[in-house]
Amino acid sequence: MDWKVKIKVMLKKSILDPQGQAVEDGLEALGYNNVSEVKVGKHLELSIEDVATEEELEEQVEEMCERLLANPVIEDYTFQVEEMEG
Amino acid sequence: MKFGVVTFPGSNCDQDCYHVAAEVLNKPTDMVWHKDKQDLSEYDCLILPGGFSYGDYLRTGAIARFSPIMESVIEYAEAGGLVIGICNGFQILLEAGLLPGAMKVNDSLKFVCDYTKLEVVNDDTPFTNRCNSGDILEIPVAHGEGNYHIDEEGLAELIANQQIVVRYLSEEENPNGSVDNIAGICNQERNVFGLMPHPERCSESILGNGSTDGYQIFASIVEYLSKRGEECGE
Repeated sequence: MDWKVKIKVMLKKSILDPQGQAVEDGLEALGYNNVSEVKVGKHLELSIEDVATEEELEEQVEEMCERLLANPVIEDYTFQVEEMEG
Repeated sequence: MKFGVVTFPGSNCDQDCYHVAAEVLNKPTDMVWHKDKQDLSEYDCLILPGGFSYGDYLRTGAIARFSPIMESVIEYAEAGGLVIGICNGFQILLEAGLLPGAMKVNDSLKFVCDYTKLEVVNDDTPFTNRCNSGDILEIPVAHGEGNYHIDEEGLAELIANQQIVVRYLSEEENPNGSVDNIAGICNQERNVFGLMPHPERCSESILGNGSTDGYQIFASIVEYLSKRGEECGE
């Protein structure tokens, strides 16, 4: 089975995000005074071929996140999987 | 005594490091290419230079860490070989897990290129034995992501094991917002050292600004290796 995967990588909540802070300041400068808690992260999309079950797929995606796509020291990740229509 | 300078696509301080090892220290030095997994045991010290390996895509050092040579570097380090990672080299050592912690974007969000004052925190390492703890070294930095991070537990461990080798002198002097003003750390075994400042840029007086403090780092390596050689009867 073939799959589409969307991965979101964000700095851990406990870690200050200077980019998010800068974007928040920018929004405030534009007059949006009701915005807070801006976080900047990464969004990755990819296709994965020939994985039989969703369970197996999740295992592979988690492994890829742990090994390369996220740095577990400072980042958390979440992902969504979707079966590709044949 | 032989040095190896590991070159990745996007390294841009490799020739500076080569120059210091080969010309200033006057030691045999090879450039070591990233694509070749190889036996590195002929080297007494490996230098991972600064730059923007693989364009710093994804995270600094994240892709370089999986280049074939890094497998050899990890084996070399685990066998006790000396490794110094400068700037991007430090970032690669973190991603490779040879040193603890991770690098974030500078708090200022700006690329910083400036001289910084560092305090030698631990003079009992192969990289600082020519200094005394408390000495102040002036060494330049040039980076956008030097904001060293480690959690509280990890920091306590670094302090307890005396793994913090150099700190920016003060919070005002800290160019990136790193935890505890950390500029450079070593592993528990003391054979792997990573730092954001560039000692290779101030190892000769001709390079200006009056500081040759970077030379102390490289001369420490030579002194350490010479002593080790004598003990081994070489």
